[in-house]
Amino acid sequence: MLHRIENIFRQQEKDKLTIYFTAGYPKLDDTQTIIKALNETDTDIIEIGIPYSDPLADGETIQQTSHQALENGMNLNLLFEQLKDLRQITDKPVFLMGYCNNVLKYGTEKFCKQCAEVGVDGLILPDMPILEYQKQFAPYFDKYGLKNVFLITPKTSEERIRAIDELNGGFIYMVSSAATTGGSWQESPEKTAYLQRIKNMKLKTPQMVGFGISDYPALRLVNQFTDGAIVGSAFLRALDPDKLEQSVKDFISLMRSNK
Amino acid sequence: MAQKIAIDENGYYGDFGGAYIPELLHPNIEELRNSYLDIMTKPDFQEKFKLLLKDYVGRPTPLYLAKKLSEKYGAKIYLKREDLNHTGAHKINNAIGQALVAKELGKKKIIAETGAGQHGVATATACALLGMECTVFMGEKDMERQKPNVERMKILGAKVEPARSGSKTLKDATNEAMRYWINNPEDTHYIIGSVVGPHPYPDMVTRFQSVISEEMMNQLQEHEGKNNPDYVIACVGGGSNAAGAFYHYLNEEDVKLICVEAAGHGVDSGETAATTAKGSDGVLHGSKTLLMQSEDGQVTEPYSISAGLDYPGIGPLHAHLFKSKRGIFKYVTDEQAMQAGVELSKLEGIIPAVESAHALAALSQIDFKASDVVVLNLSGRGDKDLQTYINHGSY
Repeated sequence: MLHRIENIFRQQEKDKLTIYFTAGYPKLDDTQTIIKALNETDTDIIEIGIPYSDPLADGETIQQTSHQALENGMNLNLLFEQLKDLRQITDKPVFLMGYCNNVLKYGTEKFCKQCAEVGVDGLILPDMPILEYQKQFAPYFDKYGLKNVFLITPKTSEERIRAIDELNGGFIYMVSSAATTGGSWQESPEKTAYLQRIKNMKLKTPQMVGFGISDYPALRLVNQFTDGAIVGSAFLRALDPDKLEQSVKDFISLMRSNK
Repeated sequence: MAQKIAIDENGYYGDFGGAYIPELLHPNIEELRNSYLDIMTKPDFQEKFKLLLKDYVGRPTPLYLAKKLSEKYGAKIYLKREDLNHTGAHKINNAIGQALVAKELGKKKIIAETGAGQHGVATATACALLGMECTVFMGEKDMERQKPNVERMKILGAKVEPARSGSKTLKDATNEAMRYWINNPEDTHYIIGSVVGPHPYPDMVTRFQSVISEEMMNQLQEHEGKNNPDYVIACVGGGSNAAGAFYHYLNEEDVKLICVEAAGHGVDSGETAATTAKGSDGVLHGSKTLLMQSEDGQVTEPYSISAGLDYPGIGPLHAHLFKSKRGIFKYVTDEQAMQAGVELSKLEGIIPAVESAHALAALSQIDFKASDVVVLNLSGRGDKDLQTYINHGSY
């Protein structure tokens, strides 16, 4: 049987969109509401952020939402509890994004087992190096059928990209430029050249581009070269705590509309 | 002999170390990792570095036999006078070393994090000396507690960036510096001030600070006719002065290595920076180490009266010293440290930094023999802490 994530990338003829949000933000119990709302939109993959006290790779928006979520009382046991009915709510692939320390402290095997039980498809841990993945994480990921997502940047060497491609990840997370999350997307010859260069490598792992993508033109552009776009900070900024579901749907419509 | 204490090719001391970094930092860390040893061991680099340590920093720092202190604690206690270094602490050894490495790497700009401001001042000084642009990240809360050092950095031409995230202290200043480096990787070198961070930082900083124990060995030979003391005592926040003071003794088993952590209001008070007492394995600032964290892996806000020890983690070398029991760990409260600081001032005419005062307070926790030779690393001077002494009173 194909992994849920592999099915998504079989659908050739459409711009693919991953939406990231921080679990427990704006309010502690909003996690399910947001997943339900996203399920009714043209979103392809759902990425749920585990709030962390020290999110190194994240810019101000996700630092703030993480901080708020922790203040709200978010924690891992609660998150897995909130995701208990995940597979009754949505068929879309779901990835958890967090930092190594979340997983290590929880216990890598226990964490992976919980993910598998609730139906999470894979993990994105931006501070996990390849070496540590192979040594400490891969055996559990394999045991519980989880896909890992590695990040590459415009500075990642071809050799390293090839090595990552061999690791059979869910997709390759292409960081759009040298920056933390939530910056602005400016189209530039360098960016296009980067997208083209990766496209030309004909990797077997699908690629999605994230960091700084916030509107339709950027979504369209990266889909011309790669397998999709990841939007996080812009989505979080658009959330309206008072009209949560509607603000989710409005944002996705906007991302998808050529106006 | 027990397992040798050394770093392996992946940057681990036993279970601790490594490089847990976002891919965005990979090229910079990889460049450093591939070149730091070659650069540091080149004869002309060594010559430049040693000359600056001698003529500019004022090394070697004295090894002073503190007679009254010795009398009080019943052992022969020497103070390694790192407080007499230019800028007032051991931090300058590493700042100059790394600034020279940055030059070799062709970097024009330097960033640094600072807690008490000592590493920030040292880095600003090294940058002024070597003509490099300098930005120092400092927790907003620390900027308030350490105003004179903020102004010192500015006078030296550095830009001071307040870190407003998280607990607004050293850990957050480090996060902000790393984020800035992610956003500006090309022409910038990040001078980490302690033996923390991703490999190769802990090893590089340890090597630059190892001049402390190198001098100790020679000076003890002169004073005592032997290289090895019975004890080396140092305070540990991130652990750079301790790493330097221990380095050449790591595998000398007759030397007891005493690491003194800040207990704040008490190890079990909930307001502490005693990482080895309250911490567990985890990843902080790019390395696997011991850190204070919640059940859920959220990093805990530490507390200590000393901004330089107010850090929720500890360098991977020290985590290994703790786990392997090669290091003996002691915990000293705010109150005990302040009393020890005042005591040294009265007994020996030396006002120590509040960080170093923690090491001094550990003297009363050790059962010395009269014949014991003890070297206590007096890592910094107390000028920056005058307000803390005044607030504490009782002198």
